[in-house]
Parts: sequence; C-alpha cells; structure tokens
Amino acid sequence: MAVIKVERKPLSFAERTYLPQIASGLKTTLKRLFAPNVTLEYPEVRPEIPKGYRGVPTLVKDPNGREKCVSCQLCEFVCPPKAIRITPGEVPEGSGREHVEKGPQEFEIDMLRCIYCGLCQEVCPEEAIFLQNQFSMTGYTREEMVNNKAKLYEIGGTLPDKHFKWDKKKAAEEHGNAH
Amino acid sequence: MIEFWNNLHPLVQGVVKGLAVIAVIFPLAGACSLAERKVSAWIQGRPGPNRARIWGLGYIPIIGPILQRLGVWHLLADGLKFLFKEDPVPGHVNKFYFFLAPAIALIPALTTVVVVPFGAWLDGETVQPLMLANVDVGLLAVFAVSSLGVYSLILAGWASNSKYPFLGGVRASAQLISYELAMTVSVLPVFLWINAPGMSGSLSLARVVEFQSQPGFWGGAWFVFTMPVCAIIFLIALFAETNRQPFDMPESEADLVGGFHTEYGAFKWSIFFVAEYSHMIIGSGVFALLFLGGWNPLPWVTLADLANLIGIAGNPLLVGIVSIAIFLGKIVALLFFFMWVRWTVPRFRYDQVMTLGWQKLLPLAIANLFVYLVAIALLQPKL
Repeated sequence: MAVIKVERKPLSFAERTYLPQIASGLKTTLKRLFAPNVTLEYPEVRPEIPKGYRGVPTLVKDPNGREKCVSCQLCEFVCPPKAIRITPGEVPEGSGREHVEKGPQEFEIDMLRCIYCGLCQEVCPEEAIFLQNQFSMTGYTREEMVNNKAKLYEIGGTLPDKHFKWDKKKAAEEHGNAH
Repeated sequence: MIEFWNNLHPLVQGVVKGLAVIAVIFPLAGACSLAERKVSAWIQGRPGPNRARIWGLGYIPIIGPILQRLGVWHLLADGLKFLFKEDPVPGHVNKFYFFLAPAIALIPALTTVVVVPFGAWLDGETVQPLMLANVDVGLLAVFAVSSLGVYSLILAGWASNSKYPFLGGVRASAQLISYELAMTVSVLPVFLWINAPGMSGSLSLARVVEFQSQPGFWGGAWFVFTMPVCAIIFLIALFAETNRQPFDMPESEADLVGGFHTEYGAFKWSIFFVAEYSHMIIGSGVFALLFLGGWNPLPWVTLADLANLIGIAGNPLLVGIVSIAIFLGKIVALLFFFMWVRWTVPRFRYDQVMTLGWQKLLPLAIANLFVYLVAIALLQPKL
C-alpha cells in the first residue's frame, strides 16, 4: 500500500492566535441558534413510524370485523421467549361461522416476555397477528403488562386484506365442496 | 419623598441602596442560569426547558404559554428545589470551612458592585453617575475585591477533603494569579489616557465613561475602537477570571468530576453558582464601562445627546432609567456572548491555559502597554 505523506504546514500567525478560528466557530453556533430545532417534543409530537416497524404484537380482524385467529397455536409454539399463551375454544354459536373454524377462547401475550422478534407474525397462516406501530408500553403491575384477547383486538383493530377467507369458505360450503 | 430620603441617616440610605442593587443582581444571576440552559439548547438545536408551569399563571391565554415555552417557571422550580432538597454534608469535610466557602464566594461577588456605576442622570449640563460609592480607587477596588472570590474556591476545595475538589481549588488559584496580571496591565493604557499629567488622577470607572462621552471624533470613540488589543486581552482575562469556558479549569467536569464543588449540593452549591454569575455580571459591567462606553447608547452618541433628542433631559428620573436600561442591555449582550462562547469553544487543557496566560497574554499586554505609553506621550497635549 502506497504511503501518502501529508505535509504538515506550520500554523499561520492568525491561526496561532486562535481568534479567527473562534470567530468562525461563533458564526457556526450562531447559525445553529436560529436554525429550527431538531428535537421531537415527544409526548405531544410522535415520531413517524417507518413501514414494517415491529411494535407491540396485536390481533387483527378481517374487513368484515370477524376474528381471524383460528387458535392453531403456531405462534405459541414458535414464540422464542414463550410469551404467548392461547386457550383454544369454539367460535361462539350464532356468529354464522362456527361451522368453519375454531377461535381462541383466550389469547394472552405477556409483554414482559415478548422480545418483539415478529416470529408470530411470520408464522401465522391466517395473517391474524401483526406487530404494529405501538412502541411504548407501560404498566404498574405484572398483570397490567399481559395483553389479553380483548386488549389485543382493541389495539389491533381491523387490517384490511383481500382474502375474504370467511366469505370464500361460506360460498364453498354452500356449493357443497367445503374442505 | 425626596426630602424624606435626604433626611434619612446616611447609613440607612447606604443599606437601602445596597439592598436595591443586590435585589437586581441576585435574580439576574439566577436568571442567567436559565438563560444558560436556553442558549445552550438553542445552539444545540433543542427547545430547552419548557415544561414547568404554575397553576393559575400558566393558564393565562397567550402570555402563559409563551412564558412556559421560555422556561420562566423552571427558574422558580430550580430555586425552590435548591432550597428544599436535602443538603447532605459529607462526613469527611471540615465543616466550618465547608459552610464558610459559599458565603465567601457570594460576598466579594456582590461587594464589587459598590464601585461600579450602573447609570447616570443629568444635573443641568453635567452627567452625574449613578453608583453606590464614587470613589477614586474605582477599578482597583473591583480587581481587589473580586479576586477575593478565589479564596472561596480554594477554601471549598480544601475543606472538601477530597482529591478532585482540592485539584480544582489549586487550579483556580493558579489560574487567577496567571490572568490577574495580564488583566491589570491590559487596562493600564485606558487609565493612562484618561489621566493627563498634572490633573488629579482617578481610577474611577465613572471617569472612564465620562471620557468616552466627549464631543468630537476622538472624544466620542469608545475605547474598544481606540484600544482593541486592550479590550481583547481584558475580555480573555475576564473569561479566565470568571472561570468560564474555555477556561473553566476549577470545575472541568471531564477530568475533575465537578471540581471544587464536587462535594457540595443543594443550596450551598447554588450559592457558588449565583456567585459565578454575579462575577460574570460585574465583569461584563466593567467591560462595558471601560470599552463599550458605559451608558452611552451608541459610539459618538452620548446619553446627554439621546436625552435631548427624545426630550427627557429635564427629567432626571427618566434619564436615570434610560441610562440603566442601556447599561443593562450592554451587560445582557455581553452575558449572551459569554454563553455563546461557552457553547462554541471546547475547554483548554490546563497547561495550555498556563501557556496562554504567562507566555502569550502577559507579554502581549506589556508590549501593548509600551506602545500606548509612547503613543499617549506623543499625542497628549503638553503641559
């Protein structure tokens, strides 16, 4: 490798007095003084969340407001810190879809264990669990930090998809070739 | 009213005047701490302290939010915090001197204001300075008393009985001695110039301002124009004397934890803080008087000119208020400059401080003195 010799010039008189350098430094800081602030005033102003951000895991509903999770327990199985606990159950009677799939009776994610890895989202065959934008989660007790099913749906909301799985299943059943 | 005032015992008058001046300096020093935080924040692209809000006052429309954004209530919050938080005294300190040090810090800082004029009023044609004591020793008294402030740092450093405060105290004393000389020598040309041979000599700061308000091109020029080198040396030495960055060796937190006040907390610590800012205020005032024309609004425009221009020459009270406002404006501008430099220039290394003081500033100040000696001897009218 070639060695490049950089010539060190002796400091000029003006440089040795420091004063022009200090003056130029003062100019820079004065410019910064009048420049707009770069700080985000956090609780009032929220940062813009980039696409694909892995926030708090949530359960989502399909466009018709129906529960997507079928309690297959794949996420519970894959979860590295074992944060997810699912109690499988039946879809309640009279909802018009109890014949097709099951649903979770209870779905708990312990946020004190969750490591936000996103494996649950990746493994979910029903696209029912998503790591969304919520990045800050606090509580005073351990119980508060466990998100139950109601809470998960509340923060998850509805995520539009184009599958309309339940509609298709219903139609298929009516045509007599379910499963 | 004025009759009643003049009939008061001189001692009572003095106490009242002194308290009035302290009542301005002390809150101003406190406000400096807030200004410091705000200026540093703005320079660093932050909004700075803006959260504290007083119930009631904070909810006044427009004014309340503006005051909150400016962080005015943080001043109150800080002050109250310092007053009410626990004030621990470490077990290994020398209690008597440990408690004495903050008091010794504050006393010289507030005493120097006695000989510093802070305004003027017009008595017919003559301009009378507003000051607590118009004594001839003037600047000498400022130098002598303000240097006493370093005893508090040495005392604090020694009484803390711990290595970093001790080093801070030692540095403070060495730094003060190094820059005191350059500072004193740098202002000598000013006093050589204003004291013509044969006249009764004076070191009064009011006399310096009087000299800068003469008619004519040379008479009205501030000394910062006629003696720029003096002004620069004085300013640099002032930074060193007030322990401001880039010369804050005594408390350089990078290598000395907190320097001389490492072991201090709560109210005693805040007294050191106020004392430092008081030194800065008085130092800025002295600089403004010596080199920036004191209470004269602009170079070549004197206070009397301004009073005649806006038609308040006959009203001593108004002239006094205007002059104090102008002088305070200059002090505030200089204080801003202090803060501006602090957040621009990194701290010097200790040996660099010593080299700068002894090998650069002192010879420069002496050479400067000789140049002005010759110039003044040639220029000043012969007797």
